[in-house]
Amino acid sequence: MTALLALIRRDIRIALRVGGGALIGVLFFLTVVVLMPFAMGPDLALLARLGPAILWLGALLASLLTLDRLFTADHDDGALDLITMSRTPLELSCAAKALAHWLAAGLPLVIATPILGLLLNLDAGATAAVALTLLAGTPALTFTGMIGAALAVTLHRGGLLLAVLVLPLSIPVLIFGVAASEAAIAGPSSFGAPFSILCALSLFGLVVGPLAAAASLRQGLD
Amino acid sequence: MRLSGREVGCVRGGRKVFSGLNFEAASGEALAVVGPNGSGKTSLLRLIAGLLVPARGSITLEGGEAELTLAEQSHYLGHRDALKPALSVSENLNFWRDFLGGERSDPAESLATVELDHASHLPAAFLSAGQRRRLSIARLLTLRRPLWLLDEPTNALDTAGQRMFVGLMGDHLSRGGLIVAATHMPLGIAARTLRVGDAS
Repeated sequence: MTALLALIRRDIRIALRVGGGALIGVLFFLTVVVLMPFAMGPDLALLARLGPAILWLGALLASLLTLDRLFTADHDDGALDLITMSRTPLELSCAAKALAHWLAAGLPLVIATPILGLLLNLDAGATAAVALTLLAGTPALTFTGMIGAALAVTLHRGGLLLAVLVLPLSIPVLIFGVAASEAAIAGPSSFGAPFSILCALSLFGLVVGPLAAAASLRQGLD
Repeated sequence: MRLSGREVGCVRGGRKVFSGLNFEAASGEALAVVGPNGSGKTSLLRLIAGLLVPARGSITLEGGEAELTLAEQSHYLGHRDALKPALSVSENLNFWRDFLGGERSDPAESLATVELDHASHLPAAFLSAGQRRRLSIARLLTLRRPLWLLDEPTNALDTAGQRMFVGLMGDHLSRGGLIVAATHMPLGIAARTLRVGDAS
């Protein structure tokens, strides 16, 4: 437990100090959402209707942007070798790294959502609904994306491969995330069903992601 | 405690690096792995550390802790030093002490031994190559593991640093530890020589 806490603390510290992890994702999220009204014109009703989808797309792309840092830095400086040789199981170390990544890069997106909702003419209730679905859904993006990040390290090909591998896996999260937000805002379908599936996807990712990532890293030892 | 390798073979990228390698070392003994560049010295260390899978043969450590694997009882000091430039010297050291697992000792004392105690709050980004190597050596001291796997350990160290490290290796051996070191220079301690590459 001390070992995992130490790993989480270290990764968060690095993400906050280098300014790469948390800030780049939020800035990218901000850019996407700010540019959207300019692209679509000053139709407030349209903007409010598309708001949840835009926020979700922005959050998905932003979390993808920072994912490739998850293992590459540790691989390049040899830290991954020592992590593999640790007495902590590699699966748990992967889970801890993903959790730290979500805390440093995913959670800021959720926190930024209320401010960005204003730019898209979403009222307080709608913004809260989107933020809630992002809170439930972004862990799924991180944990499934971790598989792609581990494979990218193993195959020595960085970002491009990651996007190709991870995007299909994140489509279900996007579908149910937007569906739940739409249901909360406009109805008439229920909010509960898609939201439960979203939570289920996150829990599923929490179990499968670390196992798959650790298997991939072990396979790629060199 | 006894480290032994039987008919170990290594294949990397489809190319045979070495094969049929036999070696043995008991508690308190050091093994100096020598050979020309590209002969597989680093590969052998990584095989022992469990970071590569042997193409054939086996490597075992007898008399260690039964529940732990060979890798979990080894320290690996490689070319890449696993230091994070954004973290300070003591943060780097404390992280590895907390994370790796093993019998711990006081990190401040280890830093004093490698003469880095004056820089403990400095970000690792500002360390010189020799100081980074000293910090990596402090990791070996602050966490006790019986087997040290050293890849050209005295690289970048000044003469005082090399003398200090020879002393540390001696201490480790006298406590019953084992050392396998890949090196081009004499280690400075009594060591058996293991030649890789040209012999087979």
